[in-house]
Amino acid sequence: MRPPQHPRTRALWLAFLLHRVSGILLALFLPLHFYLLGLALRDAEALDGYLALAAHPFLKIAEFGLVFLLAAHLCGGLRILAFEFLPWRNWQKGAAAAALALAFAFACGFLLRAF
Amino acid sequence: MKPATDTIRVLIRRGDAHSGRICVYRAPRRENQTVLDVVTWIQRELAPDLAYRFSCRVGMCGTCAMMVGGAPRWTCRTHVKTVLRRGQLELAPLRSLPIIKDLACDMSEFFAKWRRAEGRFHSSPERSGRAQPPVKILPSTPARREADAAIECINCAVCYSACDVVAWNRDYLGPAALNRAWSLQNDARDSAHARRLRAVSAGGGCQHCHSQHSCESFCPVGLSPARSIAGLKRALARGALGIRPHSPPHA
Repeated sequence: MRPPQHPRTRALWLAFLLHRVSGILLALFLPLHFYLLGLALRDAEALDGYLALAAHPFLKIAEFGLVFLLAAHLCGGLRILAFEFLPWRNWQKGAAAAALALAFAFACGFLLRAF
Repeated sequence: MKPATDTIRVLIRRGDAHSGRICVYRAPRRENQTVLDVVTWIQRELAPDLAYRFSCRVGMCGTCAMMVGGAPRWTCRTHVKTVLRRGQLELAPLRSLPIIKDLACDMSEFFAKWRRAEGRFHSSPERSGRAQPPVKILPSTPARREADAAIECINCAVCYSACDVVAWNRDYLGPAALNRAWSLQNDARDSAHARRLRAVSAGGGCQHCHSQHSCESFCPVGLSPARSIAGLKRALARGALGIRPHSPPHA
């Protein structure tokens, strides 16, 4: 009998962790997102200031992280929906890896357009 | 048996639920030995008051499950050489179950949840009563295949102990009970499908599963309770959408 990996180092447990952590971080980002959107309605000058700040390369990298979190949460959610509502398939690890790869591809696509 | 030339350092969590301590023992290292062999040697030679549980020693009964190096395993089917780290073996009672003493856990809670999930077969005079002829169930039917995939569980509680959701939410029924419920949902002779679906969707039911798949990773029999739980969730979703519940064909 092959010794299984420790409960918290397995691919599907890590996929669960990524989905949870990305969800929490996105929820924490939302207030800032809505604040900036609100500026568009009441303070165009301040909004322009923030948009100019967003052109900084460091913020582009941070946005790459944000897009990755969003894509990872979306793809991870679709994976779980497929797992729970479609007929069972034995390639669950493959689906998790595909979701991660797709999320990374989305984020890289954003980064290529950003610079 | 070849004489032992080397020793293993064995760390065992001893004590009851309220006061635990790590005790260190030295046991002889042999070429072929299971973790259960080591525990038995320690109990016979060093610590006669060490409490642990085993029965068959050949992977049939599932009573010897413990945490070995932080992972739940059948100790009778675990070779020491596959889990030894730097000459050391760490043993503890199964996680998420009340400790009676040392390595022996109280399984009452585990089986109470099994009953709460309607893990009992319910016959009915119309379907499977003594007056009825035997129900014909073809092995090729989808329901029979689903039941087949879940039916070999021997209730060793390894999946229960591996599951983080059980550890976080003591009300959660756990993978074994839900796996049993799914095998009965696919049994054409059973007459309590609606009642069982209500039981597995009540508080602590299948919706609490976070799809971490620890249950299927650690199941020594190779079952996938995660698959069974997904099946239960699908059945509940069909019910919520008003789609007629899946009724296993009789033949």
